[in-house]
Amino acid sequence: MQEALRFHLSDADPLGRAEIIEQARFARRGARTASRGLSLTIRDLRKSFGDNEVLRGIDLHISAGQFVAIVGRSGCGKSTLLRLIAGLDTATAGSIDFGEEARAEDIRVMFQEPRLLPWARVLSNVEVGLGRERASADAQARAESALVEVGLGEKRGQWPAVLSGGQRQRVALARALVSRPRVLAFDEPLGALDALTRISMQRLLERVWHDQGFTAILVTHDVSEAVALADRVLVIEDGVIAHDIDVDIPRPRRRGSAQLAALEGSILKNLLQGTEDASDL
Amino acid sequence: MSLIDSLPRVGAPKLPRFDGLIPWIVPLAIILVWQLACATGFVSARVLPAPSDVALAGWKLLLSGELVRNIWVSFWRASIGFLIGGSIGFTLGLANGLSQLSSKLTDTTLQMVRNIPHLALIPLVILWFGIDESAKLFLVALGVFFPIYLNTLHGIRTVDPQLIEMGRIYGMTDGELFRRVIFPGALPSIFVGLRFALGIMWLTLIVAETIAASSGLGYMAMQAREFMLIDVVVLSILIYALLGKLADSASRALERLTLSWHPAFQKH
Ligand SMILES: Nc1ncnc2c1ncn2[C@@H]1O[C@H](COP(=O)(O)OP(=O)(O)O)[C@@H](O)[C@H]1O
Ligand SMILES: [Mg+2]
Repeated sequence: MQEALRFHLSDADPLGRAEIIEQARFARRGARTASRGLSLTIRDLRKSFGDNEVLRGIDLHISAGQFVAIVGRSGCGKSTLLRLIAGLDTATAGSIDFGEEARAEDIRVMFQEPRLLPWARVLSNVEVGLGRERASADAQARAESALVEVGLGEKRGQWPAVLSGGQRQRVALARALVSRPRVLAFDEPLGALDALTRISMQRLLERVWHDQGFTAILVTHDVSEAVALADRVLVIEDGVIAHDIDVDIPRPRRRGSAQLAALEGSILKNLLQGTEDASDL
Repeated sequence: MSLIDSLPRVGAPKLPRFDGLIPWIVPLAIILVWQLACATGFVSARVLPAPSDVALAGWKLLLSGELVRNIWVSFWRASIGFLIGGSIGFTLGLANGLSQLSSKLTDTTLQMVRNIPHLALIPLVILWFGIDESAKLFLVALGVFFPIYLNTLHGIRTVDPQLIEMGRIYGMTDGELFRRVIFPGALPSIFVGLRFALGIMWLTLIVAETIAASSGLGYMAMQAREFMLIDVVVLSILIYALLGKLADSASRALERLTLSWHPAFQKH
C-alpha cells in the first residue's frame, strides 16, 4: 500500500513539470519554420502475396512534416504499407512519390523490436544509423548528440543487453534519427512497452518530431496513441483507406482530455462498423 | 520510507578466497584416496600404481627428455591437424552459409560423408599413408572438420533475419553486413563447434598414435604397455586429460574475450 502511494506521489511532480516545459517549448516554436520533411504521394498502390491481395488501391497524399497515424485491425496491411513506403518491399502496382529525389538516409523505419546489434555498444549501434556517412570524421559526435537527444547520453558505453525495453527502443530511435531523416516510419514502435514507458516514449516521439520536422508515419493498434500524437488518422479496411480523420486539437495535447476521448470513441466506432464480433479487434 | 526499503538487504554470501579452490577439492580427494588405497595394499601396484609412483615415473621421463619430446610431437600433430581440418571446415561452413550455390553443390555430399565415423577409416589411411605423419594429420583434420563445418554453417543460417534486414536498411555493404552482423551473430555457434572439435582432436590423436606411430604420447603408452610399465601408461593417460583440459580452458578464455557482449558472459 505504502509502496504504491509513494510511487504516485513521486511521479506526479516530474510529469507535471514536464508538461509545463513542453507547453513552453511549443509556444516558443509556435510557427514552425519551413519543414525539412518530404511530402508523400501514393497512387493506386496495390500489394498481393500470392492470391492474397492485401492492399487494394491506396490513394494518399501526406504533406511535408505532417504526423500521420495509421490504424486498422490486425492483418489489414498496415505493416505492408509501411514497408512499401520505406522501400523494403516492392509494390505489385501503383506508385509512391516523395516530391523530390530522396536519398536512402532520408527515409528511416523503426520497428516494434529495437533490432540493436547485441555485440555492439550503444554508441556504435547508433552510428549504424549514419548509413554511408558512417566513416565520416564527425560520425561519433553525431551519434553522441542523437543519444543525448533521446536522453541516453550516459549509456553510450553499455551493451544493449543491460538496457530496459524502453531504453533499447530509445537507442533504436536515436539510430533512426542520427542521419536526420526526412521521413520516419514507425511500425508499432511502442507495442511491447509497459503503459508508463509508453507515455514517456510518446512524449519523446512528439518532441523529436516537433524539433526536427520530419514527416512521421506511425502505425499503431492503439487508437488513443494515434489521436494523442497525430495530425491525421487513417483507418485501413479491406485494403483501402476507409476513413481519413483530421485531428484538430492543438498541441500540446492533454492525455485523457474529453476532446481526445471523444475523437478516440468515434474512430473506434468506425473501426468496429461492419464487424459482428467487436472483441476481434 | 517504504516497507521494502526498510528490509535488510539480502546478498548472496561470497567467499572469494575459497571460490577458486572449490573445483579442486574433488580431484585432490580422489588422488588422496587413490594414494591411500595403494599404500595400504588395497589396490595392487600391478593393477594401478600409486600417484606417487606415477609422479616419479613422470619425473624420470622428464629428466631423460623423452616426456617433453613425446608431448611436443603429439601437440604438434594435434595443432597442425586441427588447423588444416578447422580452416577447411570453417571456410566451407562460411561459403555454404552465405552462398546458395555453394551449399547446393557441396552440402548434401558433406552430410553423407559425415555419417562415416572417421576412425573407421584407419585401416584405409594406414594403407594410403603408412604410419607416416600425414596419416595422423589426415585423421585429426577429418575429425575436426565436421564439428567446425556444421556449427559454422548453423551459426550463419540462424543469424536473426531481422538484424540482417536492419543492416540492409541502414545501407551496409555485403562486407560490412558480414563483419558487423552475420559473423558476430554466428560466433557463439562457431565456439560450440570449436569446443567439440578440440575434444575430437585429442580422441583421434590418441587412437591414431596407439595404433600407428613411432613417437608421441600414444606411442609412449603402447611401448610402456609392452614392457609392463603400468605407471607410464597411467602417466600418459593423465597427460592426455591435462592437455584436453588445457585446450578447453583456452577456448573458453577466447570465448569470454570475444563474447563479452553476451548476457551469459557478463560479470556483475
Ligand atoms: N511476406 C509475406 N508473405 C505472405 N503474406 C504476407 C507477408 N507479409 C504480410 N503478409 C500478409 O499480409 C497481410 C497483412 O499483413 P500486415 O501488413 O503485417 O498486417 P498488419 O496490419 O497487422 O501490420 C496478412 O494477412 C499477412 O498474412
Ligand atoms: Mg504489423
